[in-house]
Order: sequence, then C-alpha cells, then structure tokens
Amino acid sequence: MSSSGNNLMRWLRGADKPHAKAQEGAKTAPRTQRHCIGLGDFIRNLSGTSEKLCVLDLGPTSPTNIKLLTELGARVYNEDILRESQDETYLVKREDGSMQIDPDKFFAENLDYPAGHFDAMLFWDVADYLPEALVKPLVERLQAMLKPKGNLLAFFHTKDAGAESLYSRHHIVQKDMLELEPIPGFRLQRIFNNRHIENLFKDFASRKFFLGRDNIREVLMVR
Amino acid sequence: MSMNPIQPAQPAPPAAAAPSVPVQHKETPKASDPYKADVGHIGKSVQIKGELTGSEDLYLDGEIEGTIDLRDHSLIIGPNGKIKAGITARDLVVHGRVEGNVAATGRVELRKSCTLIGDVSTQRIVIEDGAFFKGAIDIREKDAPKTEARKPIAVASSGMSSGSSSGVASYNASSGSQGSFLDNK
Repeated sequence: MSSSGNNLMRWLRGADKPHAKAQEGAKTAPRTQRHCIGLGDFIRNLSGTSEKLCVLDLGPTSPTNIKLLTELGARVYNEDILRESQDETYLVKREDGSMQIDPDKFFAENLDYPAGHFDAMLFWDVADYLPEALVKPLVERLQAMLKPKGNLLAFFHTKDAGAESLYSRHHIVQKDMLELEPIPGFRLQRIFNNRHIENLFKDFASRKFFLGRDNIREVLMVR
Repeated sequence: MSMNPIQPAQPAPPAAAAPSVPVQHKETPKASDPYKADVGHIGKSVQIKGELTGSEDLYLDGEIEGTIDLRDHSLIIGPNGKIKAGITARDLVVHGRVEGNVAATGRVELRKSCTLIGDVSTQRIVIEDGAFFKGAIDIREKDAPKTEARKPIAVASSGMSSGSSSGVASYNASSGSQGSFLDNK
C-alpha cells in the first residue's frame, strides 16, 4: 500500500493520536484469559517427541511460557521482536524525508539463527503491530529458520477494536489457555484477512485456521 | 500454672559494690554475617576489563567487560551492574544488565529490573514478571554435559558456534495438505 494510502488508513483508525488511548487502556486493562484451540494443537505437537526441541517465542518475555516449555524438555529462545523494532537505531531516512525501519539493519542484530534451527515458533499477534517494512522479510526469515514440518502459531485480529485491540504479553497458563497481559505503547497497524495471511505464509506447507469469537483468528502453520 | 507476684522494685546496689569486670562490646555474629563476610563487593563506580575469577561469592554493581568465572560460588549483579561478559557461576541473580552467555550449575534468577541478552544454561531458573530476556534457555539436568552456547556475545562477536544438533522432530501435523480450512470455535 502506498504511503498516502497508509496514512489514510491510519487516520481512519485514529492512529494519529499516537497510542494515547491504547496506553490508557493498557494501564487500566486487567489480565484476561482466552481459550486457544491452536495453542492446544501446538503444544500437543511439541509433546509428541522425546527429542530436545528448540522453540522460539517472539513475544515479550513470559516466565510461565518458559516454565511450561522447558518442562516439556524444550530449549526456549526468546526474542521480543516488537520491542526491538522500536529501536530508533534501525531507522533510515527515505527519499521523501520520512523515517522507516531498515530490515537489513534490523536483521543484522535480531533473529540471527541458522536455517532450520527451530522446531516450533510462537509468533502470537506480533505481525499486526509490526512496522510495515518488517512484516514480509520477517515471515520469510521465520520460514527459513523453521525446520521442515515445524509449527508456527500466529494470531491475527479480525477487526480493529480500537483501544481494545491492545498488544498483550501471552502467558500460557494451561495447554489450551492463555492469559493476556496488556502492554502499553503499541497500536494495531493493520488487519490481515484470510487472503493476506495465505499470501504472506504461502511457502508453508499447510495453514490451519481457527476463528475465535473474540475477533482473533488463530493460525497454526506447518512448514 | 505458677503465679509470679509482682515484686517491689529493688533499690539498685551501690556502684561500688558492682564487680569490676570490664564491659566488652563484642558483637555477636548473626546467622547471616559469616555469609556476608565471604561475599566480595564491587561497587557501582568500578569498571573492569578482562578476566574476573574468584573463589568466593560476589556482589557486582559496577561495569565488567570480559569474562567472569566463579565456578562454585554465587554472583549477584546489582541494579547498577552492566556486564558484557560470559558468566560461569553456581548461582546467579541479575538485577542489572547482562550481555553474554550464562552457565550456572545451580540456579539463575532474573529479577524484574534486569535485562539479559545471551544464552542461559542452568539447572533451575526463576524469571520475575518484567524481566527482559533475549536469548536461549537450556535447562540442564544435574551432571549432564554442558551444551555449547550459541553465540558468545561479549567475548567474541564472530558467527554461530552451534547449530541445530537435534534432528527433525516427528510431528503429527499434516504437511502435505495445501490450502486452508476454517474451524469455528
């Protein structure tokens, strides 16, 4: 989408009032729990092997996730991609004078792993909040880092619920239950529909969709 | 139950009658003092570049660049601590910032104010809500051989030192089916 188109969409979503409402909401919003079928499948797939698996969590550090995954015998990797993407050192000036994140600079310091290193990845809803320039290169990199038959669990918002679409830290409290802890400072950047998701993850072997009643689409992808 | 009737206050004996034993103000060591006495302390204004080794527990609140090797002892990184070093210790508690790989034979605690960028290999780990962690966590069983750290961050910045040693995991997911299907919750 062109820059003016992006600006228009951001204006329509009220993103010109930067994060104020979202931050306010995050400060007051309590933790909530949601049942998660995709996570249940994801964990089940992890549990079915005796090998030491490598699992990458792309959300903010969650002690409960680390506890659960290490108890399953996995080696847990954590990279808070969204927080890292806010680092201004990755910004470069574009021809029109605006600043944009440079994927090359970003990936020189983040997600520096060999191809096929991971057995599974928790992508959560990070893609909805990432800067536009990072989304496609990030998905390509994740696919390369994932082993064949490896699982990736991602969430996508099905509609912009404004301040209610808070970015959250996802804590796995049970094998099919998440606790969402709102984190201030981030605003939903886009809404992916099914077609967008299929195109974005087109190199994955399969994609399984679960549509929740809470405006969240869970997608379990297999490379 | 025996009753103790209140005794009337006895007049204090005259000072001269008191035995002339010199009073010594010797502090009785508390239970924790012997431990504290063995803890080295590096303050927040101290900067060290190089190799730090020791055979006692250490509280470290300064800036260190290099390596830290305490083997069988505990290391506490204070809130002002800024460490760019690979760390080997029995137990580690981090309040400050660490960039480097950590190998602990006992327990690692990441407190809420801490930032740890590097790989952790330990038997037990405690992570408080709010701690920032970027890297890998490998829980090792007692006496298990050490797994090689992925990337020595502070000591050498060259490429990866390990890769995916484990084979491809066997998954139940159907990899052959293209396209998508929708399951309503």
